[in-house]
Amino acid sequence: MTHFIEVFFQALPLLMDGLKFTMELAIISIIFGLGIGMLIAILRVYGGKFSYTLSTAYVELIRGTPLLVQLFILYFSLPQIGIHLSPLVASIISFSLNSGAYQAEYIRGAIQSVERGQMKAAFSIGMTKWQSIRLVIMPQALRKVIPSWTNEFVYLIKYTSLAYLVGVPELTAQGEFVASRNFEFMNVFSGVALIYLSVILVITWLFSNLEKKVKIPGV
Amino acid sequence: MKLLEVKNLKKRYKNKEVLKDISFDMDKTETLVVIGPSGTGKSTMLKCINRLVEPDGGQILLNGQDVIKARRIEKIRQRIGMVFQEFNLFNHLTVLDNVRIGPLKVKKLQKSVATELAMENLRKVGLASEAKSYPAQLSGGQKQRVGIARALAMEPDLIMFDEPTSALDPELIGEVLEVMRKLALDGMTMLIVTHEMGFVREIADRIIFMENGEIVESGTPEKIFNAPEKERTHQFLNQFTKFWREK
Repeated sequence: MTHFIEVFFQALPLLMDGLKFTMELAIISIIFGLGIGMLIAILRVYGGKFSYTLSTAYVELIRGTPLLVQLFILYFSLPQIGIHLSPLVASIISFSLNSGAYQAEYIRGAIQSVERGQMKAAFSIGMTKWQSIRLVIMPQALRKVIPSWTNEFVYLIKYTSLAYLVGVPELTAQGEFVASRNFEFMNVFSGVALIYLSVILVITWLFSNLEKKVKIPGV
Repeated sequence: MKLLEVKNLKKRYKNKEVLKDISFDMDKTETLVVIGPSGTGKSTMLKCINRLVEPDGGQILLNGQDVIKARRIEKIRQRIGMVFQEFNLFNHLTVLDNVRIGPLKVKKLQKSVATELAMENLRKVGLASEAKSYPAQLSGGQKQRVGIARALAMEPDLIMFDEPTSALDPELIGEVLEVMRKLALDGMTMLIVTHEMGFVREIADRIIFMENGEIVESGTPEKIFNAPEKERTHQFLNQFTKFWREK
C-alpha cells in the first residue's frame, strides 16, 4: 500500500497533466454535444419531413458505428482529401458529434414526455412555435433530461481515453507513458482508474445536486 | 359588426365528420354557452376557432378578420383567450410567471407593466397571495383560476372555456364558476362549453345545443330550458332535470 502511494504520488504530476486534457475533451465535447443534441432533437420532434429524415439519418449513422472508427475517419482519413486536424481538434469534433447523437435521443424522449397540453396553452396565448419550444417545452424537457445527461457525461469522460490512440496526451496516455518507463503497470493504472473514479463521483454528485436545485416545487 | 362569426365550419377526422356545418355568431359582451352530449364536437369546435385544430372548411371571422386565412395565426390567438379542461398551466413557472409570460414575451410589454397587469388579474381571480407558488402546489380550483387569469392578462376580445370545471372535484367547482360569473358581469365576451346546467341557465345570454357535429337549436335560456323546439333538446335536458329531481 505504501509502495502504491509512493508510485502514485511520483506519477501524479504527469497524470494531472493528462487529466487536464481529459477534462478539456470531455467538457468541450459535452457542451457542443448538448448544442447538437438540442438542435437534432427539436428537428426530429418538430421539424418537417426533410429535417426529420436528415436528423434521423445522423443519429442512426453515429449510433450504428464505433466511436473509434469515427475518430479514425476524422484523424486519419480526412488528410487524404486535404483536411488536416490536430489530434485534439479531431478528438473534440468526433466526441461532440458522437455525444450529440446520443444526447439528441435523450432530449427527444424528454421533449415527448412533456404533456401535450403545454404546447396548446403556449399557442393559446399567442406564442409562436419557436417561443413555445424555447420558453415552455425546453425548460421542462431539460430538467427531465438531467439524469440521462449525467450518464452521458460519465460515459464521455471515459470515452475520451480513445483520444490516446490519435496521440492526445490525456490521462490514459500519460499513465501508459509513466508505466512504460517505471514498469509499475499495476500501480500506475490503478492510480489512473482511481483518478477517473474520483472525477466521475464528483461529477455525479454535482449533477444530482443540480437536479435537486432546479426541481419544480411541488412536482 | 359581430365580434365573432363562424360560417359553415367543417372538420373531419378520417371517416368521421366531427363538425358538419356549424354557423353562429357572437356579439361583444355576450355569454354564449354550448351544451350537448359528450363527443359531439363541442371541444373541437372551440379549438377550430383559434386553430389549435385546423378546420377543413368554412369561415371564421374575428372582428371581421379572417382567422382561417390569417398567415400569422399567433397574432389572432393573442386576442382569443382559452381556458382548458386540464388547466395546462406551465408547470415550471410560478403562478405570477404563468400569468405574466404572455404580456411579457408575446406582447413584449415592459417587465414592470407586465407584472402589474399579471398581479391585477391574479387579484381578480383571488389568487394574488399565491403569486410565488408553483402550479403543482395549488388545488384544482386554484389552478383553473390561474388559467383564467393567464387568459385575461392578454386582454383578449373573447375568452373560450373548454369544460373548465369537468376535471375538478365537486367542492372546487363553485370558486371557478364564481370567477366566471364575475367576468360575465364585467362584460367579458365568453364562449363556454360546459355541463353545469344550473350555471348555464343563470349565466348564458344564449345557448347552443349541439349533437353529432351539428347545431340542433339555439336560443335564450328561457326558450332552451322551458320550451325547446326540438324533441332532442328536450330529451337531453330532461336527463339533467330528472337527475335533479332524484337528488
